[in-house]
Amino acid sequence: MLTLLFDGIAYGMLLFVLSVGLAVTMGLMNFINLAHGAFAMAGGYTTVLLMNKLGVPFLATLPLAFLFTALLGAAFERTLYRPMYNRPHLDQVLFSIGLVFMAVAGVDYIIGSQQQMISVPEWLQGRFDLADVGIGKYRLFIIIVCGLLTVALQMILSRTRFGSRLRAAVDDPRVARGLGINVNQVFLLTFAVGSGLAGLGGALGAEVLGLEPIFPLKFMVYFLIVVSVGGTTTITGPLLAALLLGIADVFGKYYAPKLGAFIVYALMIAILTWRPQGLFGQRGSK
Amino acid sequence: MSAGTSLEKVQASLRAALGWRWWEIALAVVAIASVFLSGRHALLLNEIAILALFALSLDLILGYAGIVSLGHAAFFGFGAYTAALFAKHVMPDPLVGLAVAVAGTAVLGALCSVLIMRGSDLTRLMITLGVAAVLYELANKLDWLTGGADGLQGVVMGKLLGTFEFDLFGKTAYAYSLAVLAVCVLITRRIVHSPFGYSLKALRDNRLRTQSIGLSVHLRLVAVYTLGAAVAGAAGALMAQTSGFASLDGFEFHRSADLVLVLVIGGTAYLYGGIFGAIIFKLLHDLVSAWTPQYWTFWLGLFLVVLMLVGRERLIRPWTWFKRGGQA
Repeated sequence: MLTLLFDGIAYGMLLFVLSVGLAVTMGLMNFINLAHGAFAMAGGYTTVLLMNKLGVPFLATLPLAFLFTALLGAAFERTLYRPMYNRPHLDQVLFSIGLVFMAVAGVDYIIGSQQQMISVPEWLQGRFDLADVGIGKYRLFIIIVCGLLTVALQMILSRTRFGSRLRAAVDDPRVARGLGINVNQVFLLTFAVGSGLAGLGGALGAEVLGLEPIFPLKFMVYFLIVVSVGGTTTITGPLLAALLLGIADVFGKYYAPKLGAFIVYALMIAILTWRPQGLFGQRGSK
Repeated sequence: MSAGTSLEKVQASLRAALGWRWWEIALAVVAIASVFLSGRHALLLNEIAILALFALSLDLILGYAGIVSLGHAAFFGFGAYTAALFAKHVMPDPLVGLAVAVAGTAVLGALCSVLIMRGSDLTRLMITLGVAAVLYELANKLDWLTGGADGLQGVVMGKLLGTFEFDLFGKTAYAYSLAVLAVCVLITRRIVHSPFGYSLKALRDNRLRTQSIGLSVHLRLVAVYTLGAAVAGAAGALMAQTSGFASLDGFEFHRSADLVLVLVIGGTAYLYGGIFGAIIFKLLHDLVSAWTPQYWTFWLGLFLVVLMLVGRERLIRPWTWFKRGGQA
């Protein structure tokens, strides 16, 4: 029971890191980016390829996955995403789903459609018992890393100069520009960090979630649920939504495997009908 | 100018929009001729007609009323299962089955319309997607009723109007689908050129303003969503009846996504957009997947990205692609 809860929390944390970048682009920049999962997949494949082909140790691949995906995100932002900012939401949805289709078929073509395996280092394998709760070492590692990231992210957004610039640029780009803030640069950096986080999440999750070319499509709905249920105005909203989703999913799969994803979707519809702006969204926000 | 004459002018312009254009008549002639000339392509043409009908229903919702939806397959699949189950357990007459499926989907649409009233585009995308996913899971789990992952097989249809039998070549099926499509186009055409249709467009363009001139937004949204659902249900029913098969595939996400693409190719808020879109999409699909069966989604994705980046209006004018500042 508590073991399940622990697994659910680890799963939720992972979902949070995967989707927080999306919460930023979607909530702050008002861009519906369905291709977010593709960046996560890029991070996952970076880790897999580095480990299996070049023998880079697991821990070293994590920052590399982050960096690579962030650079990829920056390049895409500059070339493809920027013209789409002021377009209707439907155009953005179609545009980004087009990117997903390309990514899925492209990875399938280059690397192959089989599921990729990674082996985490010895000291992260296995599990130990703590007061009757079975704790997987790797899950614990995920929780710690993701928890640290969450705190860091919250600090950056609320305490630093960059955070306040970002919030200003989001609230009113014209005024922000007038105040001498380089809005384009702020958005570029934000998008890059968001993609990088997705890549890091993909790298961390490769062992838990599995990695195959249809990854972006498979988890796209989960990311979207996290963001829409959590509301896009805060970091805590998506965090709680991700935890809720992770726990509900793990419990659902254990106790009622026949129902499958039914619980998750039904829960989402109920919450969104009750609070259309998300659990912690504020009325009148974008 | 008095109020009377301006009202007459409005009525005259409404009537003018309803008048038949020469190419609409030509289109009808081509459609009727295609039934007799279809030969062995009847099955493909049948699929195109069904897809066009499905796209027409999304156009009502998305193009005219501005409700974004990623789960329109919910109604398609529901219509398909209703028609198939009805034929299997109650009676095999296709027209009665179609009517039942349409009625059933309309009820479902009315129920779901409550869910899409509130929130932003994102919320609506998620809720429509969620409804389709929930129905998918239900159809998968209730295997005693729906056959689960194997789908509902062995649906035998009776003769159409008691005389025409559904054959292997699909000629009857195509004529049947085409007739339903024609009826739906006529109904939709009447609706979008009516004052109700204009109020929908007003609501799409500016919901707040529509509300403030005293139109009931919610009532209109319920009406159009129910109608759109019913038409999508008809498309699903046609699919199940002409193929004798209903499967989970009807609910899948990619069906909704493809549909939005069909509509975007053909043009939204344009009555014939769905029809032209369906023709182009099916032909492209057949060509590209014959060329690269495994990776055709890549080309689909590339097409979408380019289409969105340059805009639909400019896609057919490649020489304008690299001009600066052109807002499509």
